[in-house]
Amino acid sequence: MRRLALVAALLALAALPLWAGGSFYVNIGSQILLYAVFALGINVLVGYAGLVSLGHAGLLGIAAYAAARLLNGGYGHLAAVAVALVLTLAAAALFAALALRGSGIGFVMITLAIGQIVWGVAYRWISITNGDNGISVSGRPSPLGLSLASPAHFYWATLAVFLVALGSIAILGASPFGASLRGTRDQPRRMAALGYHVWMIRFLAFLLSGFWSGVAGLLFLYYNQFVSPQGVALTASAEALLMVIAGGSGTLLGPVVGAALVVVMKNVASGYIERWNFLLGAIFVAIVVFMPEGLVPGAARLWRRATVAWTPRAAVAAPGGRPAP
Amino acid sequence: MDAQGRGGRAGRAAGAVSGPALAVRGLTKSFGGLLVTARVDLAVEEGERRLIIGPNGAGKTTLFNLVTGELRPDEGTVTLLGRDITRVPGRRRAHLGISRTYQIITLFPRDTLLRNVTLSLLGRSPLRWNPLVRLERQGALIARAREALARVGLEHLAERPLAQTSYGERRRVEIAMALAQNPRVLLLDEPFAGLSIEERRDVLHLVTRIPRNVTVVMIEHDMDVALDFAERITVLHFGHVVVEGTRGEVVAHPRTREIYLGE
Amino acid sequence: MLAVNSVTLGGLLFLLSAGFSLIFGLMRIPNLTHGSFFMLGGYFAASLIGWGVGFWPAALISGLLVAALGGAVERLVLRRLAGAELAQVLVTLGLSFMIADVCLTVWTGDPVRIDTPRGLAGVTALGSFRFPTYRLAISLVAVGFAVALWLLMDRTRLGAMIRAGVDDPDMARVAGIRVSRLFTIVFCLGAWLAGFAGVIGGPILSVYPGLDQEMLPLALVVVILGGSGSLLGSLVGSFVVGFLYNFGQAMFPELAYVVLFLPMLLVLVVRPQGLFGRPAAG
Repeated sequence: MRRLALVAALLALAALPLWAGGSFYVNIGSQILLYAVFALGINVLVGYAGLVSLGHAGLLGIAAYAAARLLNGGYGHLAAVAVALVLTLAAAALFAALALRGSGIGFVMITLAIGQIVWGVAYRWISITNGDNGISVSGRPSPLGLSLASPAHFYWATLAVFLVALGSIAILGASPFGASLRGTRDQPRRMAALGYHVWMIRFLAFLLSGFWSGVAGLLFLYYNQFVSPQGVALTASAEALLMVIAGGSGTLLGPVVGAALVVVMKNVASGYIERWNFLLGAIFVAIVVFMPEGLVPGAARLWRRATVAWTPRAAVAAPGGRPAP
Repeated sequence: MDAQGRGGRAGRAAGAVSGPALAVRGLTKSFGGLLVTARVDLAVEEGERRLIIGPNGAGKTTLFNLVTGELRPDEGTVTLLGRDITRVPGRRRAHLGISRTYQIITLFPRDTLLRNVTLSLLGRSPLRWNPLVRLERQGALIARAREALARVGLEHLAERPLAQTSYGERRRVEIAMALAQNPRVLLLDEPFAGLSIEERRDVLHLVTRIPRNVTVVMIEHDMDVALDFAERITVLHFGHVVVEGTRGEVVAHPRTREIYLGE
Repeated sequence: MLAVNSVTLGGLLFLLSAGFSLIFGLMRIPNLTHGSFFMLGGYFAASLIGWGVGFWPAALISGLLVAALGGAVERLVLRRLAGAELAQVLVTLGLSFMIADVCLTVWTGDPVRIDTPRGLAGVTALGSFRFPTYRLAISLVAVGFAVALWLLMDRTRLGAMIRAGVDDPDMARVAGIRVSRLFTIVFCLGAWLAGFAGVIGGPILSVYPGLDQEMLPLALVVVILGGSGSLLGSLVGSFVVGFLYNFGQAMFPELAYVVLFLPMLLVLVVRPQGLFGRPAAG
């Protein structure tokens, strides 16, 4: 039954450019998918490892800016992508080493400070980043000869990347390393006593999330054909975190749902309200206060309550069981 | 030191050490200005059943934390099976043969009992780094986890989420997890705390059936229940070892009564 | 001249981060709304001055307005989430976005100028050096507050309770200290300081959208450097950051933030609890 639903969803996604009704909506689809990749990566850290980062937009930005500079410097797409990802991984390693000096709230603060420093560099180091004006690139890659210039083609390429991200993170979640990761979230002290290398596990999780942030950064650059300090600001990190929390951290699809929600809201809202930031903040506060476990688990909880109310003999769903992959 | 006449020695694996299984020498630890562990010397022979008792604040759990590596001593050494492990980080000590249970149950509440024990086994296996295979498919590992649960009589609850088990059952899961790692030295920190009379009987039964090739050191606050178990007893008071000897010797010792009547 | 500017910035930062450090030390939450408090103080004062209120009264009143807002936030929202530190942090983040947008709506996007109070405009001569009087005044005000805060922490019962709460909140509760009321008081105090700082910083920095996002990381770096909950740490950290930032801006204008980054890096590697903080428990 679940298999069927999955296949149906996949087909719907793949066929989106055909039924969405115009390139505006196809582009929204691409946006949702690229932010979903970002959110999935962050979720590895936030949901699985239990480490909240407020600076991941910095990693997205490093990838985007690096690729932008290389492309404008005359290098080919392959070189730009490869170098950007390597740089992002190196940065992630550095950030991880620093952030892991703190734990709990300390970790959050350090990632926040690092993220802001990256933003500050993007804003001020004008000779490299062009400051507030941002950097424009022209053209998208043509992998295997297929140009990604059109919205539909770009959408399909993004969909492919998204599926790879989703698949690999699903596999990670069900793997022994994934179990180790979640163990360090729940009982780090005991995990160490059981023989796990907690620091290294967290470090690797950070690297992985950094990698996908970098990939998202590249998609971001190619989608917008532009990168500016705006994309690296605290609001960007906060939006990404909101996607993870809103959807439900620690689940596989939560970040995807969250990404869809935030992107749609942002696009719809900016049609009516000028002040997206206010709405963003308000939703943040509302979710944290009223539905801290996120929309996916929260909705599931409400659904269960509703169905139990109607069928009193139905078995109450187990509160935990194995963690959702 | 009655090293002779103890069962289990004949069955020891080749390469076994002849000295104590676990020894600490001059172990000292202070927090701020407070001396919690004061030049403690301890030697536990292989296969021995050692009980560590003392009033609250005597430094018993701190001693365990120093042995497992969660705390670094200010001075002194820790020796495991003849090897100095004072500088070895805590996470490696599990691989060298130390397992422990905790005073406050800190298991993985969102997981089933089977998953809890599997995690314990996984900690000793290189598989724990593998991000590609499915944990569910690791048949050998999971079978061993079931066995460990069976050893403590909880196999029928393997698929039950931990949050839905009783306190006594969780204590037994703790012991199952520790035993699953096939330790050479097992540290039990107040395994009877908070249990009903029946549950205590179950746990005592469990503990007495632990094979002789495992050295067991137990901390207990309540003497009555643990006395049956102990062969030798160490009494701690304000971080110092004040009495040590066989069960008979310690029980009869005037200082023991002083400490326990005085509190 | 650069030195004076650095001292000035340091002074402002101290006022900003002292509150932040106290809130973090006592309540264990980095208050991400702190930059917004700073900015709001400036905006409130600008409007008050525009309506004819004098500079210093405006500064005090703005501080009070911001403190009131802070109190409301603490009692209505943060208290509901007591114990869930991460949730509290995220809430302060959300609130900072809301406040920033409201400010944008009310005061628009153009920078708002606050004029230097007339008594302090101009230049003072000290020996053979001439300094802008106002900047000297800020430094003096900051020092004054540093002393006042130190007296508060060291000599008053309130200060003793705060220190107890910072050292060991559970013990403090057992000792009968009304910790939740203490939280409100400290939060309001921190907010007042931030708002006040925003006002007196106004003539130098002006007030503009994004000011909150620029000041917050500076406060963060100060606390990371100086250690949380430590007034001395905030003082030292503020001046270090002030100097680094200004010299960095003057000598490597494009790399000002990187210059900030390096000492933070160093402290994190060598002494993660900050220069004056206490080591993590355990």
